[in-house]
Amino acid sequence: MKFAGMRDQQLLRYNRQILLPQIDIIGQQKLLDSTVMIVGIGGLGSPVAMYLAAMGVGHLVLVDHDVVEISNLQRQIIYDTESLGQAKVIAAQKKLQTLNPEIRISPFQNQFESLNIEQMKAVDLLIDCSDNFTTRFAINAACVQNNIPLVSGAAIRLSGQIVVFINQKNTPCYRCLYPDSEQEAETCTENGVLAPLVGVIGSMQAIEAVKVLLSIGKPLYGKLLLFEAQSMQWRKINLSKDPACPVCSLPGQR
Amino acid sequence: MMTIKVKFFASLREEVERSEVDLKPQGEMTVAQVWALACQDMPLPEHILSAVNLEYVSADTAVKDGDEVAFFPPVTGG
Ligand SMILES: [Zn+2]
Repeated sequence: MKFAGMRDQQLLRYNRQILLPQIDIIGQQKLLDSTVMIVGIGGLGSPVAMYLAAMGVGHLVLVDHDVVEISNLQRQIIYDTESLGQAKVIAAQKKLQTLNPEIRISPFQNQFESLNIEQMKAVDLLIDCSDNFTTRFAINAACVQNNIPLVSGAAIRLSGQIVVFINQKNTPCYRCLYPDSEQEAETCTENGVLAPLVGVIGSMQAIEAVKVLLSIGKPLYGKLLLFEAQSMQWRKINLSKDPACPVCSLPGQR
Repeated sequence: MMTIKVKFFASLREEVERSEVDLKPQGEMTVAQVWALACQDMPLPEHILSAVNLEYVSADTAVKDGDEVAFFPPVTGG
């Protein structure tokens, strides 16, 4: 009964996390039964996708419209030199299936904005690893609408941020935090980014994803964690819901 | 006289050329006034977020003696 469903090979593959009382067989089975969408398979998306695949998250949906360029390889560790010119989601799928052939990967070589609602239906959790405001606002709106927990990460230069949003009455959404301005975002293309920084933030997104999926501990619900690599300082800011937020506050509550 | 610790995060560190500063203002101040005092009267840009004692607040929030005021920009790189 205890090992119901999982084969010996799987028990071996996932042994070191099944040993954790917070995960155990039950948690592992839950991971195998989970669908996680990762938007943006770049610096953050690389470690996120690789850790979740290695851990046996049963279905990963990868969304990225780009192809692999040589300037990506400094930090987007899911790719190698042979991936140059390939669609990111296809190159990433190949790598992830080598890492763990037991899971399912669904690649979408599209902008997130062009996905339809059907593709969101089965998603248990979304991880935002995108690089622009437009996509981040679209992801936030879709997650609020479909009640999908959202693990949001961002990194540039030597600074990173991570926050988890869940659609509950008193917790904020991404839009509560940032006005939907046309303001130009800083990009890694123009500003540069320290490679291991995206590894740190991406790995923390993967940690938060597992915590949310398995209800372990206290995920960063409505808490923004700021990281400065230069001074190795962390700050955890308690966010609050904007009662006038057009995305998450019901008209009656305004 | 009161003491207020001001911290700048991410790109603000380069923009204001410091990561933190201690202010000793004479009277009551709002978060926006703290920014102005710390940044040579530069107005607080609209997209900059602020927190007092690790709680996200609006720019018109009053600041007390001993408070830590943090300013941080949105980051989108991925
Ligand atoms: Zn909101």
